[in-house]
Amino acid sequence: MSFLEIRNVVKKYDETVTVLKGINLNVEEHQVVCLIGPSGCGKSTLLRCINGLEDITEGEIRINDDRVSGAGVDVNRLRRDVGIVFQSFNLFPHMSVLDNITLAPRQVLRLSKREAEARGMELLKRVKLEQKAKSFPDQLSGGQQQRVAIARALAMEPMVMLLDEITSALDPELVAEVLDLVRELASEGMTMLLATHEMGFAREVSSKVAFLFEGVVHEEGPPEQIFGNPTEERTRGFLKKIIEAGRM
Amino acid sequence: MTDRESRFRAPSIPRDALPLAIAGIVAALLVALTCASVLWQVREALVATKNHTGWMDALLIVVGVLPLALFIPATRGLQLAIAARRSLWRKDLIAARVLTSHSNSSSWFSLGYAVFALIVAALVWFLIANNVAVGSTFFNLPLIFESFGLVARAFLTNVLIFTIAEVLILVWALIVAVARMIPGKAGQPIRLLSTIYTDAFRGLPSIITIYLIGFGLPLTGLTAPLEEFLTRTFGLQDFTVIWAIMALTLTYGAYVAEVYRAGIDSIHPSQTMAARSLGLSFAQTMRFVIIPQAIRRIIPPLLNDFIGLQKDTALVAVIGTIDAFNQAKILASNRFNLSTVTTVAFLFIAITIPQARWVDRLLERDAKRTRGAK
Ligand SMILES: Nc1ncnc2c1ncn2[C@@H]1O[C@H](COP(=O)(O)OP(=O)(O)OP(=O)(O)O)[C@@H](O)[C@H]1O
Ligand SMILES: [Mg+2]
Repeated sequence: MSFLEIRNVVKKYDETVTVLKGINLNVEEHQVVCLIGPSGCGKSTLLRCINGLEDITEGEIRINDDRVSGAGVDVNRLRRDVGIVFQSFNLFPHMSVLDNITLAPRQVLRLSKREAEARGMELLKRVKLEQKAKSFPDQLSGGQQQRVAIARALAMEPMVMLLDEITSALDPELVAEVLDLVRELASEGMTMLLATHEMGFAREVSSKVAFLFEGVVHEEGPPEQIFGNPTEERTRGFLKKIIEAGRM
Repeated sequence: MTDRESRFRAPSIPRDALPLAIAGIVAALLVALTCASVLWQVREALVATKNHTGWMDALLIVVGVLPLALFIPATRGLQLAIAARRSLWRKDLIAARVLTSHSNSSSWFSLGYAVFALIVAALVWFLIANNVAVGSTFFNLPLIFESFGLVARAFLTNVLIFTIAEVLILVWALIVAVARMIPGKAGQPIRLLSTIYTDAFRGLPSIITIYLIGFGLPLTGLTAPLEEFLTRTFGLQDFTVIWAIMALTLTYGAYVAEVYRAGIDSIHPSQTMAARSLGLSFAQTMRFVIIPQAIRRIIPPLLNDFIGLQKDTALVAVIGTIDAFNQAKILASNRFNLSTVTTVAFLFIAITIPQARWVDRLLERDAKRTRGAK
């Protein structure tokens, strides 16, 4: 039994569009698994299904041997344990940085204002933004906003973090500061599943890489194998395009 | 040299500013003459109605001198236009362009205010036309002063109605709007109810809602216990105010619910996704994330609806509430003169303007707080 098990997951939008066509993937505790694949192959969709932001059509998802997909699942409870960070930050623009971070701990975990703010300040220190606690999101750079978004997800003390291309919307010089943070989380043993186009980074931090293609996991394995010696034709083709685009 | 090159080498020659400058002078002249003539007629009217006293002449002269100020920008436009021509003769194109631009700006300024002054003069003429018939019908000053206290006190009824209605509407419309967005199959009947309500009450003319509720409800006898209760606890005798508040809340609640809904819809779904992904429920997401952002966007259209509501409080006259309009109408028919209604008109305008400015300030302050120091 793995920590996170994705079994034969099928996702259809309407009757006609099938985005995921039977995904099978396991994530062990303290593992970092990278999802790679061409744009539109369903990486974001898969991540959104895992924390219940989308319903799945068939199959099941299990966390800690508990079924977390389908009818009757307490999604609010599930989402406490599964943090997600999006490509476009999605901070709440009307709240200060600290309020962004403390909202869910206070309303969902029912922490007191003092406790929540203490935890929030600690996290801000961690992402090196303690001076920005009183700022509003629009007053921060993209990299800073994304670090706040990560801190906001961490404030719920999730068991697993899903990161959906969290550096894609950033200017190149801001990517490093966010990746450093993810690297740190990985070294502390945070279980993570991340979709990324940063192949160099994926190769460095991941325990396992899964190549998604046409709605299935086309090939998976340790990073040395996927990047160094892929067995599948499609994987090779995809990586070749990435290298040509200068992203590895 | 090709055609393209020559075009870039020869700087464009500015259009002659002189005709416009002359038009500015002519307009200023016209305004001065018109104003003098209208003011003279005003004086004659004052003499004819035996309202004329010595200090009025002084006032009229001061007002008559005012339009002469138009000659300042007009002559400045003319001077600049002449200077521009001189520069052109000296082949100093850049100076000519600058002078022409300044000249045009001065001339348009004087032309603009000339139109303004002519409109004011026309209005004044309208007031004194036909032996000051218009003026005395709408602006009988002695009557206005004498009745002001009575009308203003009745206006407090309007203020009472719309203040209570606005508070109720803010809450009621939010409930209706959120009801319409409840997700899932279980929410369908609630969504349907909310839709039917907004469709019905937006379609109903508010005067009919007021009439039906104000006359109809008491007739059914169903409201007797409520009336008794209000009389016992508050000593209230005139219940029409209550029906008016109820009718206006129902009508404007439907409008404001749609405003809320548009505001909520305008918040990008990624905000809902982010909030839900943190484990917040639908209600918590609405309360802490979506509605606070929506409120900021709907304040201007909300004010619009509230001003509409404030004006519609004048409709409660149909069920016999003694509001400002009803009071003014009673006075007007006693005195065969509409000046009391003019007072009501000014009162309504007077309460609207500060609200508009206050909302402007509010939005500005909020923008400064959350946006970067750009
Ligand atoms: N709400 C939706 N309704 C219909 N189709 C959708 C919806 N959301 C996504 N899709 C489709 O699902 C497919 C997968 O989308 P997804 O966003 O998961 O891709 P992705 O792998 O994350 O791509 P990228 O690398 O560009 O982010 C796309 O073809 C997209 O058009
Ligand atoms: Mg994506």
